[in-house]
Amino acid sequence: MADDRLVIGGYEFKSRLFVGTGKYKDFAETKKAIEASGADVVTVAVRRVNITDRSKENLLDYLDPKKYTILPNTAGCYNVEDALRYARLARAAGVSDLIKLEVLGDERTLFPDTAGLIEAAKILVKEGFIVLPYTNDDPIVAQKLVDVGCPAVMPLAAPIGSGLGIRNPYNLKIIMEMIKVPIVVDAGVGTASDAAFAMELGADAVLMNTAIAGAKDPIAMAEAMKYGVLAGRLAYKAGRIPRKLYATASSPIEGML
Amino acid sequence: MAEGIQIQVNGEQRGCQADATVGDLLRELAIKTERVAVELNLEILDRKEFDQRLLKQGDRVEILSFIGGGS
Repeated sequence: MADDRLVIGGYEFKSRLFVGTGKYKDFAETKKAIEASGADVVTVAVRRVNITDRSKENLLDYLDPKKYTILPNTAGCYNVEDALRYARLARAAGVSDLIKLEVLGDERTLFPDTAGLIEAAKILVKEGFIVLPYTNDDPIVAQKLVDVGCPAVMPLAAPIGSGLGIRNPYNLKIIMEMIKVPIVVDAGVGTASDAAFAMELGADAVLMNTAIAGAKDPIAMAEAMKYGVLAGRLAYKAGRIPRKLYATASSPIEGML
Repeated sequence: MAEGIQIQVNGEQRGCQADATVGDLLRELAIKTERVAVELNLEILDRKEFDQRLLKQGDRVEILSFIGGGS
């Protein structure tokens, strides 16, 4: 699979696993887990610098932006204005023009406000951002995001941090068939088989954070996810057999006594 | 730093010399300018402006950087 590269907005990635950097015990664990995952794309949040305790270390001291593609997010934004503000701040902080755009609609589900998402995406694309939108598993919204200029679409598998896995494979499959840009299944996977399933459906990549960071052994889970994504991708490309209700013997009858 | 004026930095009041720039403030706070974003009264500053923009009484400064996060 040496040539099986993923290209989004002019960026080229070897790994089809994107990982978040939240919820880890410390930066050393974050770094080890990300190394074990083999990911090229690493998401980060934008927040106030702690000005009272300057001894706090910086995440990017552990994650070399030359080695990883840093994907800042607009997590925690519940309206278009806030999402635009955080996106612009992320770009001003100077790692890239990429933004994982989130416009959330509800605190309990963290489901996206898709109307706000499309509006914010349109504005940010015009400002030159490479917008990767976190969206619902709605094919129509996905197409609208492409229409306003998003070079990839990131539908959820299940609510953020829920670990429920792929709840609506049929909608995701429709998105993958209808949408002509890369599809990154973002949020909701719980374990390696979920990641493999997403890739078998035809996802171009999978983005996760809690499933790794929240595991008993995050570093081992990061490695499991790497193989889950690879196995799912290979299986997708290999082409699975059709499902049949009854058995088909795989040993020949000919030559039997 | 002499406390000529009062400004708000990341939501906290602090004193600051009257002719200080944003760059001076960042140095005072020992914040490396690479990979931070600075907002002065809701206006996002270009890094090149840090040493030119003077702080004045009542200014609200936000200094942001990247932390761990997924979604």
